[in-house]
Amino acid sequence: MESTALLQKVTAGMAFRGTPASLLSSSSASSHVARIKLGSRSVIRVSRLSGLTVKATHLNAYGFGTMPHNSTALKTVNKAVAVKTETGSTATAQQGHELLLFEALREGLEEEMERDPTVCVIGEDVGHYGGSYKVTKGMAEKFGDLRLLDTPIAENSFTGMAIGAAMTGLRPIVEGMNMGFLLLAFNQIANNCGMLHYTSGGQFTIPIVIRGPGGVGKQLGAEHSQRLESYFQSVPGLQMVACSTPYNAKGLMKAAIRSENPVILFEHVLLYNLKERIPDEEYVLCLEEAELVRPGQDITILTYSRMRHHVLQAVKTLVSKGYDPEVIDIRSLKPFDLFAIGNSVKKTHKVLIVEECMRTGGIGASLRAAIMENFFDELDAPIGCLSSQDVPTPYAGPLEDLTVVQPPQIVFAVEQLCKH
Amino acid sequence: MALIRRAGRSLSMLKRSSLFHGKQKKQRQQPIVSPSLPNLTPHLPSSLIRLQINTTYSAIPRGISSCSFRSSYIPNRLLTSEAQPKLPDEGIDDTQFLDFPGVKNTAFTCDLKFVSEKSEEVPCYRVLSELGEPVDGAKLPQMADALALRIYENMITLQVMDYLFYEAQRQGRFSFYMTCSGEEAAIVASAAALSNEDVIFAQYREQGALMWRGFDLQEFAHQCYSNSADYGKGRQMPIHYGSKKHNFVTISSPIATQLSHAVGAAYSLKMDRKDACAVTYFGDGATSEGDFHAAMNFAAVMEAPVLFICRNNGWAISTPITDQYRSDGVATKSRAYGMRSICVDGNDALAVYSAVKSARSMAISESRPILIEVLTYRVSHHSTSDDSTKYRSGEELSHWKVMRDPVVRFRRWLEGNGWWNRQKDTELQSHSRKKIIAAMMNAESMKKPPLSDLFTDVYDSIPTNLKEQESYVREAVAKNPNLYPSDVPL
Repeated sequence: MESTALLQKVTAGMAFRGTPASLLSSSSASSHVARIKLGSRSVIRVSRLSGLTVKATHLNAYGFGTMPHNSTALKTVNKAVAVKTETGSTATAQQGHELLLFEALREGLEEEMERDPTVCVIGEDVGHYGGSYKVTKGMAEKFGDLRLLDTPIAENSFTGMAIGAAMTGLRPIVEGMNMGFLLLAFNQIANNCGMLHYTSGGQFTIPIVIRGPGGVGKQLGAEHSQRLESYFQSVPGLQMVACSTPYNAKGLMKAAIRSENPVILFEHVLLYNLKERIPDEEYVLCLEEAELVRPGQDITILTYSRMRHHVLQAVKTLVSKGYDPEVIDIRSLKPFDLFAIGNSVKKTHKVLIVEECMRTGGIGASLRAAIMENFFDELDAPIGCLSSQDVPTPYAGPLEDLTVVQPPQIVFAVEQLCKH
Repeated sequence: MALIRRAGRSLSMLKRSSLFHGKQKKQRQQPIVSPSLPNLTPHLPSSLIRLQINTTYSAIPRGISSCSFRSSYIPNRLLTSEAQPKLPDEGIDDTQFLDFPGVKNTAFTCDLKFVSEKSEEVPCYRVLSELGEPVDGAKLPQMADALALRIYENMITLQVMDYLFYEAQRQGRFSFYMTCSGEEAAIVASAAALSNEDVIFAQYREQGALMWRGFDLQEFAHQCYSNSADYGKGRQMPIHYGSKKHNFVTISSPIATQLSHAVGAAYSLKMDRKDACAVTYFGDGATSEGDFHAAMNFAAVMEAPVLFICRNNGWAISTPITDQYRSDGVATKSRAYGMRSICVDGNDALAVYSAVKSARSMAISESRPILIEVLTYRVSHHSTSDDSTKYRSGEELSHWKVMRDPVVRFRRWLEGNGWWNRQKDTELQSHSRKKIIAAMMNAESMKKPPLSDLFTDVYDSIPTNLKEQESYVREAVAKNPNLYPSDVPL
């Protein structure tokens, strides 16, 4: 019963929401983060579900925010999973509102801009045009031209401009029309954005958010299919997060804006039209946390961004074959949520990483090293990693599909790993 | 033949008025366009082209029916019942009408003529002669003796500090230094014209500006010695000063990155409606960087109150001006971006003061960027890692050092006014020398930053991965005490 219920959830296309809101904490020390009333309700609701055991974890123990790092408090294994009930109670199941991922991003942006007048958006065509992916549509009329600033085409310069504005009190959000164009801003990001807080001895903070769509799209060509997370992961001083569903997109956007550190928020070109029902109440997710998408016993599958959806597709097949994979959307690409990952590894003893990055020097490569270093004794098998090849993304459809990890490959890899 | 020009308010003025108030943009006028007409400019937002039409036309050329642009202009005619003003009879040819979106105020020509690569001459503003006397016809800026003496004292202290710190580097007390010999007037006088609220984004040779703001000699020494009292906590090279309380942003080594920061800061100041501007210094070499061009363009488009002060000292390490750019100076470049500029004699402290002061008030009141080219000469080597005699003649160097010293020039003017004399000069020099040496000794004796400062401030709070790395390092130090100096705190 449990597996079919889970299977239904997966087929419904509504991903499990990781981490009920009550356990969310803002990464920054700011005291004005809204605490959410939703939390307690969802926890109670979840615990009434039959067939699913849920335990809350003390998420603050990860130690990024004001709470001290306290490993002894972390006795529990699972993160609580807020699950939509499809049995009975229709009233609670229809709460919230449905929207697409780019609308969720916009909602998050609007809420933050209303809340804090220093928040502004800088980028190409973000003003009256509404952004090339319509994330900022309608906002210029609402907030004015100065807060939705259209810039000339010079990524290095408008990123630098955002850094300068951040140092003098604003909280800019830089929108790259495509993540690949931010390679032009690499100098400002690597030499100044990540560094100036450190080299100034903490005098100048740079609370900016750099966001944009990246990843392999549908035949966009090599230059528009860049995966920049692998290039930026080495830069000290930056935080990186990747969103994958409307729920976490909105939550991460809000958290990133409130953070005092420079945050790069990776969106994916093909996920903008993903639809999901999200809560009406305000919620902010934690930037450093991973999301438990599907609890399981046999193997831990770590993934992020678009690959999460490929993994979930593969999971349908795997479940029908009798496997019980645990799927974790790592969300936080820098730093990794090794706490959640470690707990999962200790349970399943096998890891498969599914990512869209290139093989060499990708997120998967770093994650493998981190897991090996920290959880070597827990592993029964070498860490598997499925990633794109080290080739520029070709234009031709079938070739492009082959550079991205496909669900059958995931199924095969899981089967191989589970033989251990 | 009369050529039709577009009249009316330019779009930028309209935009500026709504931008300056920073409020919700007022509704654009509804376009007066018949919906059945084809849109010849689909690549442009429709509001843009329609607005131009509504504000620019009071007259429709005759023969419009044969004009290929009819679709944009007929609606205006159809909706008005008033007679259009008569056009001059000199045979208006409807094909002479220039309305390409890319340019504003120009006309067609049938002469095949190229625009010359030589620009219109930009004169260089100065008010004092080389001998420190007011030039005929010059209007000297209002400068009280107190201010003038403060500027001079700053310049002397700066010179002494530069000399002593350079020697200290040669003695191995710290690893690097850059002097600003020959550019003291350019830097100190320009800083004197600013207010303390103006945010300075410097390149690396502007310690004079920081000194003007009140940065202590002791604080300079701490930064160069990278000890625990350094505001940067020992994380940056010498001369990469930064002080939030003095509104002087920490210097970052890559050239010209600070230009876009300044534009961003100006945008922030404009949003806050502060009576302050952003000021950025850079050298002639920086004008080749992509960041320079983009920042200039941005500042002009955003109408940001930035002062771009270019210390054109003739050399970028070993690259002379002739290998750096082909335009005639830097001030002339601003025209390309639609920006105002001025070229000033950088060795004339009064001229620099006057120019920067008036540029600043223009920048803030009119919300526009200004480029100020300050012509000077780099008497110093590029840095302590450079020996400039390798690429320039000793004669050139000694000429500028001896004959064209900006501090001496200003001193002559002070002496001419009876505000200064030789004795005061010697006293000032020896007094500064004593203070600086004392500061250096003090800085040298201070402890270096502790090991814990290696991991703080990377983020707002230390994440676990850095805590892990820190404990690893501490373990290594504990196990091998000979690896770590005993006098450095942990």
